[in-house]
Amino acid sequence: MAIELKMPALSPTMEEGTLAKWLVKEGDEISSGDILAEIETDKATMEFEAVDEGTVGKLLVDEGTENVKVGTVIAMLAEEGEDASSLEAPSASSEPTESKPADEEKPAASSAEIMTQEQPKPKKADPEIPEGTNMVKATVREALRDAMAEEMRLDERVFVMGEEVAEYQGAYKVTQGLLDEFGPKRVIDTPITEYGFAGIGTGAAMGGLRPVVEFMTFNFAMQAIDHIINSAAKTNYMSGGQMRCPVVFRGPNGAASRVAAQHSQNYAPWYSAVPGLIVIAPYDASDAKGLLKAAIRCEDPVVFLENELLYGKSFELAQLDDHVLPIGKARIMREGSDVTIVSYSIGVGLALEAAEKLAEEGIDAEIIDLRTIRPLDRETVLESLAKTNRLIVAEEGFPQCSVAAEIQAICMEDGFDNLDAPVLRVCNEDVPLPYAANLEKMALIDSDRIIAAAKKVCYVD
Amino acid sequence: MAKPASANSGSGKRRASPRKSTAKTESSANSQGAAQDENFALHSLQEEFEKNKRYKASEEELLTFYEQMLLIRRFEERAGQLYGLGYIGGFCHLYIGQEAVAVGVQSALEEGKDSVITGYRDHGHMLAYGIDPKIIMAELTGRQAGISHGKGGSMHMFSTEKAFYGGHGIVGAQVPLGAGLALSHQYKDDGGICATYFGDGAANQGQVYETFNMASLWNLPMIFIVENNQYAMGTSVKRSSAETEFYRRGTAFRIPGMKVNGMDVLEVHQAVHVAADHVRKGMGPVLMELETYRYRGHSMSDPAKYRSREEVQNVREHSDPIEHIKKDLMEMGVSEDKLKQLDKDIRAKVADAADFAENSPEPEASELYTDVLVGNY
Ligand SMILES: Cc1ncc(C[n+]2csc(CCOP(=O)(O)OP(=O)(O)O)c2C)c(N)n1
Ligand SMILES: [Mg+2]
Repeated sequence: MAIELKMPALSPTMEEGTLAKWLVKEGDEISSGDILAEIETDKATMEFEAVDEGTVGKLLVDEGTENVKVGTVIAMLAEEGEDASSLEAPSASSEPTESKPADEEKPAASSAEIMTQEQPKPKKADPEIPEGTNMVKATVREALRDAMAEEMRLDERVFVMGEEVAEYQGAYKVTQGLLDEFGPKRVIDTPITEYGFAGIGTGAAMGGLRPVVEFMTFNFAMQAIDHIINSAAKTNYMSGGQMRCPVVFRGPNGAASRVAAQHSQNYAPWYSAVPGLIVIAPYDASDAKGLLKAAIRCEDPVVFLENELLYGKSFELAQLDDHVLPIGKARIMREGSDVTIVSYSIGVGLALEAAEKLAEEGIDAEIIDLRTIRPLDRETVLESLAKTNRLIVAEEGFPQCSVAAEIQAICMEDGFDNLDAPVLRVCNEDVPLPYAANLEKMALIDSDRIIAAAKKVCYVD
Repeated sequence: MAKPASANSGSGKRRASPRKSTAKTESSANSQGAAQDENFALHSLQEEFEKNKRYKASEEELLTFYEQMLLIRRFEERAGQLYGLGYIGGFCHLYIGQEAVAVGVQSALEEGKDSVITGYRDHGHMLAYGIDPKIIMAELTGRQAGISHGKGGSMHMFSTEKAFYGGHGIVGAQVPLGAGLALSHQYKDDGGICATYFGDGAANQGQVYETFNMASLWNLPMIFIVENNQYAMGTSVKRSSAETEFYRRGTAFRIPGMKVNGMDVLEVHQAVHVAADHVRKGMGPVLMELETYRYRGHSMSDPAKYRSREEVQNVREHSDPIEHIKKDLMEMGVSEDKLKQLDKDIRAKVADAADFAENSPEPEASELYTDVLVGNY
């Protein structure tokens, strides 16, 4: 039986790739472990290794072909005793097979487009973008990298440290190119010792430097949380304002894709409970860049929560010499009059998606991206509530003691007279995140659940 | 506890002091042989191991080792393939190249008595324990029939039945947990020991050293096993570690170290015998470094640009643990046909496991809410 070689998925998020190069040709004998081809994914160039042995029959996809869907048959392999030259491509041609059970489409797929149409109204303290400013497309990953690079150029004290940030160019490629430009003194690979290097970063900040400490993900920052909270957050207060700690702890936060309970948690509520910390969780590329630059300049310790699923998304970004945004200001992503949806990070994309669908049903939703979780911009939330009289919160995280719960409390305390309905929260299910595809999908928030809650507070069906 | 018998050194040296007595301060106060060789206890095990490094396996035993290693190899190759086809998601760390470690260690432990704990690179360990490949593969594809009903996935697999305590995703976290399992063996006085595996990268976590200290201080019955596969993700040992000889790292805590070729299942097996004997005598923990190598990337999404193809090829060609034993078997007179048949049978078994894992149903929706807590409140 001839063996079909299919385009492999080489990362949790890869859906298609470029077949960069064939390293074998038709007729070659191969055995397991041989490198067959080089495949470019969204993150890196990967080697495609043979598992079976045999003779290469037809190469069905030419090298250099872009956007080859995962699962597409790219070559045929003849097993011992078969005639490689007579192999035919599979009859269903090279359509990818439906292999993923309960195939979940990433719901955020269209939110990038929505974003680009809906330019934010310059809110209070966001600096005006001058007329005629060049707008470019940038991914969140690039925006974060550029923010660090720009600040490093401006300020000798800024340096980056963490696991795989230098030679490997970042586990998620956020620090790509920094080692080349700034050298190993300022881009430091650490061993896997979160507690130790978070402490070293904190101490370096106390000593007058401006460390940017990357956690490979915030799940691993739990090893180091003592330094974030006990060492970094409280020092200024305990020293009566003598000892500052201008450190930035950054990295991906929240659920990624199918990485299960220990690797999928949203720590925004945890850190937002701690006085002495700044907590930022941007959604798009512009906020990622402008707020990371602000965080690096900030005199206080900052926990900067990114999201792996947003890294590869492209947004409009103003080409400015120095794009810095205010910490502590929410952003109205979409104006509306019927109901307010408050969210942050990846939830904003889902809320925007929900708003589009709600609009089709005649419900005009206003979307607020909190951007900074601590200090919270209560004013923007309450102003919006006063306008719409109905509010829900969408948060990719557990419901209990969540940011959503905090917003509910604010509305109760200071917006009670403006409420026409109870404030509802749309959060993940209250269970550790499961691995199985169908259960994971059930556990995480989505736009349908946001829509349902919005309708409920509007008393529609 | 009485003072333990001094280790049979054979070289006339004596243990520095009966340090492994529970009444530590008292006994070190009246130590007698300390003047001769302070540190004998730290290298005595290595010396004993060096005398006879390779376990003399019978043909039958050797065939079993071979079969188990081959099963892991073929299983992992198939898992890699299923990842590529989208059946497996998230992070998936393959054990290819390291087979001799799990098989050599497991075969030297006492089933039903000893316990094991490791990190996220755990499929090989599960297989070495004789756990059905079908339910492991079904966990990888996230199905109801998986060993955690699809809720754990590749990195989080457990079998309390086999005293396999996981399967942990946080680098280094399994090390104190292993010491806790050892404490429970000691507490219950059940004669068991805990094999606690961790990587060369994990070996830099602070909690490892906190654990070394307590394990030695309290004489915990455990073997610390560093699977030194030379890399932690993209970081080579020499880029992450001030002391690259991991077996020496227990010295400051007076834990004897052993350095073992982890590419030879017979050496691993023999070394674990030596270590387990020591531990079972109540003489406290042993730290063992097994030098090995992973052929594949760190996980499926690692482009592995930090090492050359030649480096990998070189290990594959000259040190492959499976090829090594295959040669031994052939020298013993096992026919090539027999080995071919064995390979075929294993491939069929793995194909069955894959079919099962692809076709069995996803978890029931209700499964989402089960197992969060044990009690009803
Ligand atoms: C506390 C923590 N930090 C970082 C990670 C991400 N991570 C997963 S595996 C790994 C490398 C570990 O290497 P090593 O201990 O040598 O084990 P190997 O993968 O080689 O088996 C890293 C950095 C993690 N899972 N947990
Ligand atoms: Mg390693």
